[in-house]
Amino acid sequence: MLRQAQHERVHEGFAVEAVDLVKEFGETRAVDGVSLAVPSGSIFGLLGPNGAGKTTTLRILLGIIDPSSGTRRVLGHERPLEAAREVGYLPEERGLYPSMHARDAIAFVGALRGLPLREGRRRADELLEEHGLGEWARRPIRNLSKGMAQTVQLLGTIIHGPRLIVLDEPFSGLDAINQARLEELIRRQAREGATIIFSTHVIAHAERLCERIAIIAQGRVAFEGSVDEARGRLRPIVRLRTRSQDGSWRSAIPAAARLHNGEWVFELPEGGPEPLLKALIDGEAGIETLAIERPGLHDAFVAIAGDAAAEAMGHQEPSE
Amino acid sequence: MMQLVRSAYVIARRDFAATVLSKAFIFFLLGPLFPLLLGGLFGTIGARVATQTERPTVAVVGTQSDFTRYSNARNQLAEAMGEQQVVRLIYVTQDPADRGHPERVLTSSSVSARAVLYGSLDEPHVVGNLSPNDPVASQLRLIVKTAREPESRAAPLSMTRAEAAPPGLSQDRALTGQLGQMILFFLTILLSGMLLSQLIEEKSNKIIEVIAAAVPIDALFVGKLFAMLAASVLGIVVWVGSGALLVQLVKQGGVSALPPPAVGWPAFLTFGVTYFAMNYLLLGAVFLTIGAQATTVREVQTLSMPVTFAQVLIFGFASTSIGSPNSPEALAAAVFPLSSPMVMLARAAEVPGLWTHVAALAWQLLWVVLILRMGARLFRTTVLKSGPRPRWWKRKPVT
Repeated sequence: MLRQAQHERVHEGFAVEAVDLVKEFGETRAVDGVSLAVPSGSIFGLLGPNGAGKTTTLRILLGIIDPSSGTRRVLGHERPLEAAREVGYLPEERGLYPSMHARDAIAFVGALRGLPLREGRRRADELLEEHGLGEWARRPIRNLSKGMAQTVQLLGTIIHGPRLIVLDEPFSGLDAINQARLEELIRRQAREGATIIFSTHVIAHAERLCERIAIIAQGRVAFEGSVDEARGRLRPIVRLRTRSQDGSWRSAIPAAARLHNGEWVFELPEGGPEPLLKALIDGEAGIETLAIERPGLHDAFVAIAGDAAAEAMGHQEPSE
Repeated sequence: MMQLVRSAYVIARRDFAATVLSKAFIFFLLGPLFPLLLGGLFGTIGARVATQTERPTVAVVGTQSDFTRYSNARNQLAEAMGEQQVVRLIYVTQDPADRGHPERVLTSSSVSARAVLYGSLDEPHVVGNLSPNDPVASQLRLIVKTAREPESRAAPLSMTRAEAAPPGLSQDRALTGQLGQMILFFLTILLSGMLLSQLIEEKSNKIIEVIAAAVPIDALFVGKLFAMLAASVLGIVVWVGSGALLVQLVKQGGVSALPPPAVGWPAFLTFGVTYFAMNYLLLGAVFLTIGAQATTVREVQTLSMPVTFAQVLIFGFASTSIGSPNSPEALAAAVFPLSSPMVMLARAAEVPGLWTHVAALAWQLLWVVLILRMGARLFRTTVLKSGPRPRWWKRKPVT
């Protein structure tokens, strides 16, 4: 009953909550006050440049390491290992026992999470078959290709039907076909009710998969919200080509606009497209092409992470 | 607690299977066979050489009747001293006309005698490479003396069988204790050293992250320790079983001929197994903790030597209890957790009583738990970089 009540409470709210997490390694502050809230049943992307603190944050959330300060709650538990049976984790640095057979390696990871070995082997056979690795089930890991071994480890991550799946850089090292398969696997797990958190520095995956993201830079959360909200941080980009080179319409174009191969590129001014269009028409600019582009997540990421880095540098300067 | 036990069982099952089902384990089981084979080979050669050199032959030149009496006398001596300890006599026919016969017998390669006994029984004479004090000469004097006496003069000795206090029982028990302690030491030094490298596999294969995210580190330590203990016990069962069978076959009276321990054989053997387990768990927990700090196989190899020396030191400390189990140093060694199992096993051989062993086992178990907890905590702090570092490792800020 308690478990059921807890389950419902978590589903009503957040699968993972972190408040002001700090992690220091000697003099280095790898995580600097990270606060997160991952809604239950969502696909949540943890984005950030290399060395931003993504992996350390995930390791804290999973209970592999304790924070220097701050609190975290995973599936309703303040001690993450208490929820270990309902969590699946694929670490950034992949690891399997080379002498183990593929099905045993998957079943072993399941057994660590409380799944009986026999049941684990049965499910492992099914999953391997489903993912085209049926004939490799009874072969040692050392005989598998890197991609196959990664798939085996991923299957070990989901073998016990976890409610929370944490994937650290899951796409690295995979070819395009396997990346697409992994994306589909993540979507399917989410459809079945699991909460997925994955870290990446490849923005395209997050853009396709995530409902919510957090951008981490310099150990801090520089942004948390939906992908649309992240994009909304940047103004739309205007690309304009005119017949007229000069005229009164030029006053409607921001001073920061760049002229590149006869094309003006600038952020859409505050007032929106109507005043700009009116000024261009009234000023007889002779519009050849006009495009207003919504910025991609990649642009938003670069801008947000860049700003955070600049801000962090600014914070550091007085002390130097 | 149940989660810890279950998780440790999962780890232990994998490690045990990985160890026992590997081809290397067959060599592990055969390991003690190599020194035994070498010992047997050199022992056989040595024994053959010893038989040939230590049992001299004496040629008897005389009448057949004299030789029969010498031979009977020699057999009586062999009965008392053992067949291998008494000179061998061979008969050479006498030729009265040939006065130089005994010397020629001595130099003859077909006879190969160290001495020649010739002349009549009343006036025997020995020629050969012997001094008057030579044991062979002494034996020949006894043989001649016995051969001269008529059989009727041999006084019969009447005997009545009765139990008597065995001489040197405490020494025998000390010997049993020492033997038990040495076996314990050698088994532990051979087996627990393997624990130094136990976590290298997980660390080098990066699977440590998967395990650390799923189970408490304490479970990883406990699982690994017990898996290796189980593999070691399996090896010991094979070795001890083979050894006991060998003793049974080779030694007269079998294992029951060994000096009896104070607590009796069944209790002593039970304590032997229990104290081995405790010794293994205690030293193993320390080695696992030390080995867990190593990041490469090279570091583990470097650590092996100081760890082995430390074990020898502990053994030296424990062996102070032999022969004086209630001395202050013996009691100190019994209380010091790492030497306690070896001391207590020797005590079981020398001192009767069981309650001290119950207390000692509880004490040792407590230390196994403490060392494992400390090791797991150290692993989390220094290897996984979790939580604050221990205070004594904190560097003072540069001012």
